[in-house]
Amino acid sequence: MIEAKTLPTNYVTKPGAIKSSSGKTLRTEEMIVNMGPQHPSTHGVLRLEIIIDGEIINDVIPHIGYLHRCFEKHAEHMTNYQQVIPYADRMDYCSAITNEWAFALAAERMLKIEVPERVEYIRVIMAELQRIASHLIAVGTYGIDAGAFTPFLYCFIDREKILDLFEMTCGARLLYNYVWIGGLSHDLPPKFVEQTKEFCTYFRPRIKMINDLLTYNEIFVKRTANVGVLPKDVAINYAASGPMLRGSGINWDLRRDDPYSVYDKLEWEPQIGKGEVGAVGDCWDRHIVRMREMEQSLNIIEQALAKLPEGNVQAALPKRIRPDKDAEVYVRTETPRGELGFYIVSDGTASPFRVKARGPAFVNLSVLPEISRGAMLADLVLIAGSVDIVLGEVDR
Amino acid sequence: MTAQDIHDKLKAAFGDAVQDAKLDAMQPWIRIAPNRTAEICAWLHDQPEMKLDYLMCLSGMDYNNGKLGVVYHLSSIEHKHKIVLKTECPKEDPHVLTVSGVWGTANWHEREAYDMYGIIFDGHPDLRRLLMPDDWDGHPLRKDYKVQEFYHGMKVPY
Repeated sequence: MIEAKTLPTNYVTKPGAIKSSSGKTLRTEEMIVNMGPQHPSTHGVLRLEIIIDGEIINDVIPHIGYLHRCFEKHAEHMTNYQQVIPYADRMDYCSAITNEWAFALAAERMLKIEVPERVEYIRVIMAELQRIASHLIAVGTYGIDAGAFTPFLYCFIDREKILDLFEMTCGARLLYNYVWIGGLSHDLPPKFVEQTKEFCTYFRPRIKMINDLLTYNEIFVKRTANVGVLPKDVAINYAASGPMLRGSGINWDLRRDDPYSVYDKLEWEPQIGKGEVGAVGDCWDRHIVRMREMEQSLNIIEQALAKLPEGNVQAALPKRIRPDKDAEVYVRTETPRGELGFYIVSDGTASPFRVKARGPAFVNLSVLPEISRGAMLADLVLIAGSVDIVLGEVDR
Repeated sequence: MTAQDIHDKLKAAFGDAVQDAKLDAMQPWIRIAPNRTAEICAWLHDQPEMKLDYLMCLSGMDYNNGKLGVVYHLSSIEHKHKIVLKTECPKEDPHVLTVSGVWGTANWHEREAYDMYGIIFDGHPDLRRLLMPDDWDGHPLRKDYKVQEFYHGMKVPY
């Protein structure tokens, strides 16, 4: 098998470049292959128009919009800001809590509301549990992309336990509507702290198990190392974020570099890709960043549980939320996929004048053609999988 | 570097292309001319003391007063400062110079702004609709948008 790293990164077919065993020049020709919109490894309804020459990818053109609901238009037509939150839930349905939080945070900054400290800690705990749940999907489905089915099942067993915690708190397992502007919909149930601590103790050895099953598996390493290398400068130029950016070796995490909530009171380290098995910024680096972030999330949860103060879970809010006329704010938060930003403009009425959602999956997907050129067709599945897209957020 | 410094340096380098600014806002912004966006952004991107290399967000706008606009949220990975740039263009003839040559991420953001607001980004390498079908009528996020009655024989408004 040809090692991916031996291939030129910008492969251009030259006529007569390929010769048969008898020395005859073989004719090469570009071919267009459609992958998706219904294809198991596009993780949703994404269509990739792939221009290939033999097995080598010359270009990839993503076609998106199959799940477009025009979230931004809906948000403008709500009668108040609170009503936008269930819509924000449905953007990145694998990590709904972080979406709600990003929108609530933007609205709170606009209204200059301080939320009680208990709310901040509960939000951090929920967001980090959600990060683990979301990374478990990412890691599990990535295993399937590489042909390993078993880790997926283990990942889903553990994810169910997190969803049980969410269900216990707010009654929903996927789309929670839990983080509200100025607070939360419910306080924590009585046994939540105890059961979350139990989950943390249970889950730590499971990370090692998934690592043994998948991350350091010889076949998996061979498939992902040196594949889809995203260099630092390209990552920044394409505004990649989250594990995509950190996988390329850039020490950048919004929880630390643009701090919000109480993350600055907790001790943890952003995880970056170091090129342990191949080049820095390859698919394996993005995968290992996710694995290590789960462990960091456990640290954050345990500290937050220990520090959890008593108090109210809803700040005092005006009866009608009306930000000042021409107030505008762009707030960015670190979701499992990267930087989720909301740009909200107010015209002084009870509904937003403009809401723009900057989804991390949308932006990360736009770098896919850059990192796929010159790769083998079979590797495209792994490159697209390592971006960890959720089409609900790409299309909004 | 504060927003005031960035504004002063921009004003010194580009003069009239820097139209006005609101530097005491929660997130200070500077308004620039729509036909100079590319050079101003390239300058902000390349200056070592600015190094605004990370385009966080690019949003189309309809100000509902006959003007469309584009808002750029920039930040710097190295210096960690941020600035907001704005530009406006008339609704009848909405032309803004593309910045996709400066930041690769602007490519899709500009296609989305074109799709949703009909803003034409001059010099864009691939200005096609991004989220809506290619043969859709109108630009949905405009404030005066009326949805088309039928699309390929299917009734659209529900």
